[in-house]
Amino acid sequence: MVDMSTFIDVAVYLGIILIKILVLVFPLFIVVAYYTLAERKIIGYMQVRVGPNRVGFDAVPGLRRIRGLGQPIADAVKLMFKEIVIPTNANVFLFVIAPVLSFAPAIAAWAVIPFDDGWVVADINVGLLYLLAMTSISVYGVIIAGWASNSKYAFLGSIRSAAQIISYEIAMGFTLVGVVLAAGSLNLSDIVMAQKGSLIHWYWLPLFPLFIIYFISATAETNRAPFDVAEGESEIVAGFHTEYSGMLFAVFFLAEYANMILVSALAVIMFLGGWLSPFEGTILGETILGQHGIVWFLLKTSIFMLLFLWFRATFPRYRYDQIMRLGWKIFIPITLVWIVVEAAAVLANLPPWFVEG
Amino acid sequence: MSAVKNYIKSLFLWELLKGMRVTGKFFFTKKLTLFYGDGEKTPQSPRFRGQHALRRYANGEERCIACKLCEAVCPALAITIECDEREDGTRRTTRYDIDLTKCIFCGFCEESCPVDSIVETRNFEYHGESKQDLLMTKTKLLAMGETYEPQLAADRKADAAFR
Repeated sequence: MVDMSTFIDVAVYLGIILIKILVLVFPLFIVVAYYTLAERKIIGYMQVRVGPNRVGFDAVPGLRRIRGLGQPIADAVKLMFKEIVIPTNANVFLFVIAPVLSFAPAIAAWAVIPFDDGWVVADINVGLLYLLAMTSISVYGVIIAGWASNSKYAFLGSIRSAAQIISYEIAMGFTLVGVVLAAGSLNLSDIVMAQKGSLIHWYWLPLFPLFIIYFISATAETNRAPFDVAEGESEIVAGFHTEYSGMLFAVFFLAEYANMILVSALAVIMFLGGWLSPFEGTILGETILGQHGIVWFLLKTSIFMLLFLWFRATFPRYRYDQIMRLGWKIFIPITLVWIVVEAAAVLANLPPWFVEG
Repeated sequence: MSAVKNYIKSLFLWELLKGMRVTGKFFFTKKLTLFYGDGEKTPQSPRFRGQHALRRYANGEERCIACKLCEAVCPALAITIECDEREDGTRRTTRYDIDLTKCIFCGFCEESCPVDSIVETRNFEYHGESKQDLLMTKTKLLAMGETYEPQLAADRKADAAFR
């Protein structure tokens, strides 16, 4: 016999979770769509061009430079109407499942990201571990896509990407160890609350080398310039998604941008105090600027999102051996040394960051 | 010593930050994009080499005397000229074709012309839906000359001091 009231309880519980997911995912999709536009616009501006300026309406009448707000929608419509070409001798099942395998973890990882105090879909205690697992799974999407395409270029791209992501996963894992060591918790909300105090209480200061290494590894992890050897359009056509077209390609594209936003959000949570106000503990701390809130989180995240685009507009692509050298011979030793330094600081209860209690 | 300095420089990403400063500065500079679709165009020199035209004298007589210098100088062999004696006994072309699909717009024909007959206008916005449309016959060239005569005359005058 199923008790009716427990059934209703479960249904309500599931319904609430579903609503939470929708509230999270829809804005995320819109941000991803407009992030692609922002990328084209900002890189255009840095190359003294204006970027897309034809689709849509005048946000400010007469200012043609910022027209083009309909571009993401036009792109989406175009891609949806394109034919999905499946290459001869491709493994059809894996070919179709690969974009999903890279997209689903990129979205699923958002479940543990706290946007504000308590604003999180799943407030689990092993949040950081869950994130590591999810970002690792998304590598499979790239590898499977390269293999299933039955194409040299796609295969080369996926081999490069696999080697690169595995190398940088180690350095990135060590930086996360540093954060866990400092916060004493794997729960992302607890990590943010452990940084409470003021601007200098945030972990970017005591963990500065780890902060920098985390963000560079994250750039490599998301296959973004200057670490985009997996795509390497000047060398291997388009890397792992050479054979993809239409909506399957769009899903890869969305996954890449969702991942970029994810690692930006993670950098903010782990090193820049998440939703905490930078004015806390200063003379402005009592005013509205000192209030904690989602605004600070979004603001800080967008700074990192801008950095991704800035990198792409500035740096030429790393050579494969340079990438390996940077990952294994520079990042891993530095993180290891700094974790020892940090462990000593934690043992010594170094104020203001590592005070007991 | 310099090796140590370089090592420290690269460790602190000094060169990368310098690079980002450059792109960061360009983000705020005035954009060079020309809104061609909205009617903005780059300024043109009087020596601009666009579509061809055959000019006439003010009294309506065509300038070309069929000396065939342009045909001889044309590196792309785009010009074909045939000539004959006209009723009044003067030497005139019966055929003057410029194949725009061959033409490289070097301007040698214009340079070689002793009577300023074959010239290049400033018009670069033309198209053809078949190859035939891009074969400029004598009639078409003379019509172009009539359309652009005021500008052509002014451009020749502006450039005369340097020839």
